[in-house]
Amino acid sequence: MQAAATVLRLAALGLLAAFLWVPQSFAPLFEPLTQYGAPPIYDQGNLLTLALAQLGTVCCAAAASTIVAVALGIVVTRASGAQFLPLSRSLVNIGQTFPPVAVLAIAVPLVGFGLKPTLIALFAYGLLPIFENTISGLRSCPPAVMEAASGMGMSARQRLWSIELPLAMPLILEGIRISLVINVGTAAIGSTVGAKGLGEVIIAGLLSNNTAFILQGGLVTGLMAILLYDAMAAVERRLFRTVHVA
Amino acid sequence: MISVDNLSKQYGATPVVDRVSMSIERNSITVIVGTSGSGKSTLLRMINRLVEPTSGRVLIDGNDTAAEPPHLLRRRIGYVIQGHGLFPHRTVAENIATVPRLLGWEAARIRARVDELLQVFQLEPAEFAGKFPHQLSGGQQQRVGVARALAAEPAVLLMDEPFGALDPIIRAKAQEDLLDIQRRFGTTIVLVTHDMDEAFRLGQRVAVMSHGCMLQYDRPAVLLTRPADPFVSRMTGIADRAMRLLSLTTAGEAAVPGSADGPAIPASASLRDALSELVWRGVESAPVMQRDGTSCGRLTVATILARGRPG
Repeated sequence: MQAAATVLRLAALGLLAAFLWVPQSFAPLFEPLTQYGAPPIYDQGNLLTLALAQLGTVCCAAAASTIVAVALGIVVTRASGAQFLPLSRSLVNIGQTFPPVAVLAIAVPLVGFGLKPTLIALFAYGLLPIFENTISGLRSCPPAVMEAASGMGMSARQRLWSIELPLAMPLILEGIRISLVINVGTAAIGSTVGAKGLGEVIIAGLLSNNTAFILQGGLVTGLMAILLYDAMAAVERRLFRTVHVA
Repeated sequence: MISVDNLSKQYGATPVVDRVSMSIERNSITVIVGTSGSGKSTLLRMINRLVEPTSGRVLIDGNDTAAEPPHLLRRRIGYVIQGHGLFPHRTVAENIATVPRLLGWEAARIRARVDELLQVFQLEPAEFAGKFPHQLSGGQQQRVGVARALAAEPAVLLMDEPFGALDPIIRAKAQEDLLDIQRRFGTTIVLVTHDMDEAFRLGQRVAVMSHGCMLQYDRPAVLLTRPADPFVSRMTGIADRAMRLLSLTTAGEAAVPGSADGPAIPASASLRDALSELVWRGVESAPVMQRDGTSCGRLTVATILARGRPG
């Protein structure tokens, strides 16, 4: 079972790499989806470059979301910051429920077209899972462990860094993983405001009524999201094999 | 020496600990015993300032504990809690090294100390140093918890129901080990429990608490023979108080000159166990012998019975 899953993952990775590296060799596969001799493979840009650009955008946004959401999660789980929990939670929830497209519409007049509005939309959209998982992770530290840490003479800061965050880390990483995967898909909309990404391929397909383009943009995005999710899960399992919270 | 001076803790208008004063001898085991909600844990936690007193002072060797930041104070005081509280993401060796690391000991010194403690607690360093807490049995986890508390050679060790989560057989072993450790390192131990048997077994002095007040603080035998309050007699138990009193004296202490037939009773056995042995054998007397084979004389049923009543 485990072996079959690994084979499947490697096959998916191989397929994605091959398609991005030599897309033209897949032309016969997409030929039947085109009409009137339109190109079967996206030819207005390099697919590999677009895929990497999209991944880069998502990673930048996720890094910013992580810093803000984890910091906020730490603040609201301290005794002194507990009063900010309801406010922070509402803000983060708005970030998630407000459609990214609407964020783009608001952001463009403020910061212009291109990468910036996309990063803002993805940043806001990715906060919630990281924030909530950080809070659950920090709250799940066993009270006896916390008491022991204080009783041994750790300062509040030492306890946070050497006990609470390491114990919360599996859940925090899970939050980051969910956030990343959601945003790999969402990032395609950035192309509507001129950010480089696979959305370009899908839009080109829609404009020229070329199903092959739409499918290529969608499949590459989907494969990237699945593989990223799996890779991060594998890393997490390896890192935290030894940690068992009592 | 720890001196608790008129210490109180109030949450709102409710006093949890009410003007408690006590003086704890150096190199002794003092047990604070009480029902749940008696304020015994709060009293203990005020010694290392996990709970800040509302009023009153705690002096350790004449120094006011309020004079230094609490986390620095705590590095000098060992602390063991029920359910051990080991750090699940750290190995046994890393857990034990916690306080020495906070104090900035050199790596070699830390390693030597961890190995020494593992051996003292009968945990083979090669086997256990690299294990994680979840790979240990309950008794082993408890021992690592005590080893961690003793790592930086604290003069004072506070223990809050340290054996509460152990089954009776392992608990008896852990109590035995604690007495050995105390003799070996000369640590001043303050232990909180709700178990009177444990208090009598471990405590050179026992404090009885109820509703935040300290009712009596004395040697166990005095609690039995001259209880200061009806609650103290209820806590110590009325039906078996004679047997408890017997359990506080060893055969060696009570032996009188003379000889007797039959196998010897070890001098370290309690009079309670000695009486049980005599009843079982159906004899009036038995010889008492030290572990090294020297004779201490003999023990008769009459001498034992005389020890089992006040006065």
